[in-house]
Amino acid sequence: MNIVTKLLTAIRGSAREIGEAVVDTQSLRIFEQEIHDSKENLELAKKGLTEVVAKKMAVERRIESTKAEIEENEGYAIKALEKDDEALALQVAEKIAGLEATLEERNIELESYSRNTDVLKSQIKEAEKIIADHERELAMVKTRESVQNATKSVTQTVTANDSAIGSARESLERIKQKQQSEQDKLEAGIQLRKDIEGDDLEQKLKASGIKQDKHSAEDVLARLKKK
Amino acid sequence: MNDLQDLSSRIAGFEYKGHQFSCLTIEGEYNVLRVEVSDLEEMPIFLTITEVQILCISYLFNKDEIHQDRIAELNQYLLELSVPMPLSAFSIVDDYYAIFGALSCGSTLESIADELVTLAANSTDSLQALEEFIK
Repeated sequence: MNIVTKLLTAIRGSAREIGEAVVDTQSLRIFEQEIHDSKENLELAKKGLTEVVAKKMAVERRIESTKAEIEENEGYAIKALEKDDEALALQVAEKIAGLEATLEERNIELESYSRNTDVLKSQIKEAEKIIADHERELAMVKTRESVQNATKSVTQTVTANDSAIGSARESLERIKQKQQSEQDKLEAGIQLRKDIEGDDLEQKLKASGIKQDKHSAEDVLARLKKK
Repeated sequence: MNDLQDLSSRIAGFEYKGHQFSCLTIEGEYNVLRVEVSDLEEMPIFLTITEVQILCISYLFNKDEIHQDRIAELNQYLLELSVPMPLSAFSIVDDYYAIFGALSCGSTLESIADELVTLAANSTDSLQALEEFIK
């Protein structure tokens, strides 16, 4: 079963009840131990792989030197034959035969090391995948558990203290009120600026004599004189 | 960043994009930090720190507070909204519809502040956007 399916089952099932742990602490600890052991085994396998690879490289080197030795001795044998020294040529040929036998053995050895490294590599890959899966699963279980505990603490506070979370409708009204009052302030600010600018204009008009005060002293005096 | 008290004292003096944070620790089996973001106080955020993550949750409404005949429509709507909404996603926690964001425990103070401000703003916007579903 995949991890998400397991979590969904847990949510739908009895674990739905607040406070009930999805996985008890004991099995969590066992699970953690399993991951730890797998990691140790993985380390051993990796070390083993390094050793096998080193051995493989040593055999490869030895194969190369044996091949060179064979080639060298073949040269000697040909030269001995050219000198018609049949006995010496035979002696060299015997040596070559021995070297060829060694080469064959080393080739078999090499093949077995190659197979070994392939097997070890695929085992390591598999182990790494399993460990990663387990760790992800453990993280999800732990997250679910801690989230459950954390939300439990939160909801307990919420139910114990009404002010922690008001009703959605109340929050909504408060948000709207605040936005309205901000809007009002903004508009009031605009109005205020308009008023001030308007006053400025009035002053300028009066200063230039275009607009006159309704109740200027001159007007009053003129009116009085008419009487 | 793995200690709630430490985070609480550090974020309290922090200012991010013109917002301040007012924190209150709620003691319990798991300590929870209740954070109010200035100008977005109506939608407080509940923050917890666990081994794997820093979890921030803001509660939208209780299941009882919505029009029961429109629950399926609301759920569909929230699922469609989760991906386009920056940094936050919707969920159901116990009987509450919630909006949440999770951060790595290695997050900087600035990332956490960004998360808190974004979450509070998303929560405020969401509640207004979902008004028609609320009784």
